[in-house]
Amino acid sequence: MDSFHSYYPLPSRLSVSDLCDAIRRGSIKAEDYMASTLDRIRRVEEKVHAFITIVEESTLLERAREIDRRVRDGKGFLGALAGIPIAVKDLICTKGLRTTCGSRILEGYIPTYNATVIERLEEQGAIILGKTNMDEFAMGSSTEFSYFGPTRNPWDLSRVPGGSSGGSAAAVAALEAPMALGSDTGGSIRCPASFCSVVGLKPTYGLVSRFGLIAYANSLEQIGPMTRTVEDCALLFSHMVGRDPLDSTSVEPPKTVFFSKKDDAMDLVGLKVGIPKEFFGEGIQESVAKTVRKALEKLESLGAQCEETTIPSIQYALPAYYIIAMSEASSNLARYDGLRYGLRVPDRGYGWNTIFAENRRLGFGPEVKRRIILGTYALSAGYFDKYYLKAQKIRTILRMEFQRAFKRFDVLAGPSMPILPFKIGEKVGNPLEMYMCDVDTVPANLTGLPALSLPCGFRNGLPVGIQFMAQAFQEGLIFRVAYALEKSLDLREEPRL
Amino acid sequence: MPKERKLSRREFPDSKKEGDSRIGKEEVKHLAWLARMKLSNKEIDAFSQQLSQILQYFRKIDEVDTEGIEPTYHVLDLTNVFRKDEPRTFPAEEVLRNVPEKKGRYVKAPRMG
Amino acid sequence: MAMAKAKKKERMTRVMRRDEEKGKDGEPEVIIGLEVHVQLTNLKTKLFCSCSTDYRGAEPNTHVCPICMGEPGTLPVVNEGAIEDAIMVALALGSSISRRTLFSRKNYFYPDMPKNFQISQYDKAGGVPFATGGSVSIGGGKKVRIRRIQIEEDPGRLVYEGTIDSSPYILVDYNRAGLPLIEIVTEPDMESPKEARMFLQNLRSILEHLGVFDESLQGAMRCDANISIKGGKRVEIKNISSFKDVERALSFEITRQKGLLSRGLRVGMETRHWDDLRRITVSLRVKEEEQDYRYFPEPDLVPITISEGLIAKVKACMPILPSERKRLFIDKYGIPPQTAEVLVGSKALADFFEECIKLKADPLPLANWLTGDLKALLNEMEIEIWESKVTPAHMAELVSLVKDGILSGKMAKEVLKEVVATGRMPRKIVEEKGLRAIASMESLKEIVERVFSENPEAVKDALRQEKAVHFLIGQVMKATKGSADPLMANEAVRRRLQEIASSVSA
Ligand SMILES: [Zn+2]
Repeated sequence: MDSFHSYYPLPSRLSVSDLCDAIRRGSIKAEDYMASTLDRIRRVEEKVHAFITIVEESTLLERAREIDRRVRDGKGFLGALAGIPIAVKDLICTKGLRTTCGSRILEGYIPTYNATVIERLEEQGAIILGKTNMDEFAMGSSTEFSYFGPTRNPWDLSRVPGGSSGGSAAAVAALEAPMALGSDTGGSIRCPASFCSVVGLKPTYGLVSRFGLIAYANSLEQIGPMTRTVEDCALLFSHMVGRDPLDSTSVEPPKTVFFSKKDDAMDLVGLKVGIPKEFFGEGIQESVAKTVRKALEKLESLGAQCEETTIPSIQYALPAYYIIAMSEASSNLARYDGLRYGLRVPDRGYGWNTIFAENRRLGFGPEVKRRIILGTYALSAGYFDKYYLKAQKIRTILRMEFQRAFKRFDVLAGPSMPILPFKIGEKVGNPLEMYMCDVDTVPANLTGLPALSLPCGFRNGLPVGIQFMAQAFQEGLIFRVAYALEKSLDLREEPRL
Repeated sequence: MPKERKLSRREFPDSKKEGDSRIGKEEVKHLAWLARMKLSNKEIDAFSQQLSQILQYFRKIDEVDTEGIEPTYHVLDLTNVFRKDEPRTFPAEEVLRNVPEKKGRYVKAPRMG
Repeated sequence: MAMAKAKKKERMTRVMRRDEEKGKDGEPEVIIGLEVHVQLTNLKTKLFCSCSTDYRGAEPNTHVCPICMGEPGTLPVVNEGAIEDAIMVALALGSSISRRTLFSRKNYFYPDMPKNFQISQYDKAGGVPFATGGSVSIGGGKKVRIRRIQIEEDPGRLVYEGTIDSSPYILVDYNRAGLPLIEIVTEPDMESPKEARMFLQNLRSILEHLGVFDESLQGAMRCDANISIKGGKRVEIKNISSFKDVERALSFEITRQKGLLSRGLRVGMETRHWDDLRRITVSLRVKEEEQDYRYFPEPDLVPITISEGLIAKVKACMPILPSERKRLFIDKYGIPPQTAEVLVGSKALADFFEECIKLKADPLPLANWLTGDLKALLNEMEIEIWESKVTPAHMAELVSLVKDGILSGKMAKEVLKEVVATGRMPRKIVEEKGLRAIASMESLKEIVERVFSENPEAVKDALRQEKAVHFLIGQVMKATKGSADPLMANEAVRRRLQEIASSVSA
């Protein structure tokens, strides 16, 4: 590759690993790649609205030039992701770069520190492109509940990209960024990954530091990678993991979480795949079920043995999930009172109780308010046992059932989402209907298990995702299975923008 | 000026019978107060209806027999994660930069009440 | 077995004292329970972040970081020193330590709380407190039982312009926010403000001896008091920041409530704030029901297991406690139990005592000086011993001046006042004031000689009868215009008589 420009705009379609090699070799200049990325953003962002904040163009280009200087001089450390732009969900703290959580209450908030994942990725040379749109405080499955307006699905601009990491998914799908970070509390990575036809991983709980991730529901969520290919996903992920002394719930990754392309990668002979029938239960759209079943057939053609199984308590996962998430959220979001940061209305002689209540009335959107109120209810005296405690016990039952399933199966598979991307505005008026979208994704959060959504086809031009789950710390296995299926499905479609 | 609400749950006029998970408007107001969120009358009406519906759905978990089951507060089996007692300083000025209202180096809060 | 016995004995003592103090119909007049918050001042960093705890005297909001300011996305990590401290405290109070404990969130809004929840511990809603049970004796065989001990974070400090209820805004300093605290909750076992003060004082001394707490640091021990007076409901008093104030606040509250009750008014459940400037309590909120704190286990922290091994390790390094020290003072120095109790009631005082002993001071008179005159002087000035100008060298010298007969007891009291006021050495004061000439043993001898030569008959009689001895002593005292120590005069007279007697027989 002598000249970058002769390939323009193709480089935006290069995989991250190819791009890394090209930049390190000097065959593609980081600056040129950055310029083409910015150009792409200029052309499509207005339609998609993936970003809340984009870093100054001059800063981005200067950072890319710095990488190029190091390549040219052969001096200075060149990280594994040197010069690769990354879009970051706007609830991961970036020092000096506005981080809003999609909320009015943090409209002007500029973090004083970097999230641990940001430190790690920047150390590897990744360049933060900007902060992506999301449902306010990650509460939603459509990215419609953003104070900054909805993101649109690049495959059909009248539809939602999924949520809450809708901005990250849309940015990757629309070729505005080669890779992105999302966060997944109950499906917030896998839902938009499925709706936007990108790869998204919810890691095993504890593998990625949550330090700097603005909390929605602490015991459920993880930051995860969102990319266009499985290989990119594994690559990005490998630079995110690691025990962090700043996060008491983080652990050192075992070798089994990593993936490397092997010669026999296409061979899935002997792989046992369980298909919990609950994933194809009530509420699933037939078109989705069909597409996923076709992908499973493909998996069998690679040597895997698929077998239907049952995890009965999956039917209770959704209510248990929402009770836990809302309870934790009601406490996590108490800090937004306007004293130390964020929106603050003038006192006008009122006492702090009134001002706090007023800041929060103006600062939070309706979905956040609903969840805070329900969480407050579930934790209050007399209701704790009935809701929060009961939900945590159901979590134990669910974990036991999954453990049992993994005695028989290497991975579990099913649809990531029960439905195709829906129209913007279709579900905003009915919260419960919106919650139901998360029915297939929440079990992984309640159990802490890794789960990945892989694009597996299209119906009526709309993407469908297949979800793989495995035992804790078996990301490597998930990547291997997903990689094989990805290669064999060979989807090459791109959104027309 | 909102005062600490004096109604106990038992006293809500639209309080419910056992097994009913409706949330009345008074209770929505009480919960909003506990969470220090002012709600408009429109919101209170809508939430009372929506939240009752959601709670009704949550009650699905009543079907599960959890007798003798321990809760999972943590999926990881970690214990005793500590930090050494070694001080480190952080540039406090940066933290103060986000404070909307200050008086000198103090964070300024509204009066009591 | 031994435990059960001790418990039974404890119950018995309680029953006995209840009988003594209860009102006419068998109910105690006043019931007091305390929630004491103690900063673990031996720790260098806050409970959940690495900010320095050395905030006193610092500019506001200089000892802060994103974690203790509750910035979005931050997470707590437990300071291991706090766990070791808590084990020590639990062992010293005879509490039983939970083998597995965890932190809970206590949710309520208040401007001093950066997250609007406090990371604390709790015994319900999935929580497990650090330790339960135990007691602190408050003298006279009475013990105050401990309900639970827990580790928690300190809120920030609120500053008012004028008073809490009239200040037009509140200023918040988060330097204190996140400091490691131990909360000690008692059973409602105290029946007077004085008992509450004794409890705090003895608790303070224990914590001082453990080395986890430095009483010289302002506001390092604060408490909330619950008080019920017969005929009224429970009232909580917040913001009491010294053990002297606990007595004042409770006395104020008793007077106020009794006043209401005597006028036929009711005392309802209420939370009040102790205003230490005006020395009154003001109403914060009237509560009809328990505040709903919505406790739940802190999801950002993992459980803590405390092994027998760790407890044994801590136990092995436990410093001497006040109770053991008291025994030592009694056995080794012959100090009466009551005096020894006062000495060990403050580690500073007990240490001071031992420092004086090292300077060869006579233990018994020393103990009496420290617990008597010196203590009274310091109380009058409302200062603690470490705040005064008195050092062990002063007191050792004072005691030896008296012992050597250079100072009479009465004069020594005057000298002590001077010492406390100026910090000058007693010998210097004696010299400057010329006190030495009047009352030294040498000068007494001269006076005795003069009196003897002036009263030869009385001397003769005195060799045989006691009455005449007293006459001679009286004459000596008269000659010194009362400035001699009567004991010393007594000794000088008798010594001279003995000399005469032995020379006669020779
Ligand atoms: Zn700090």
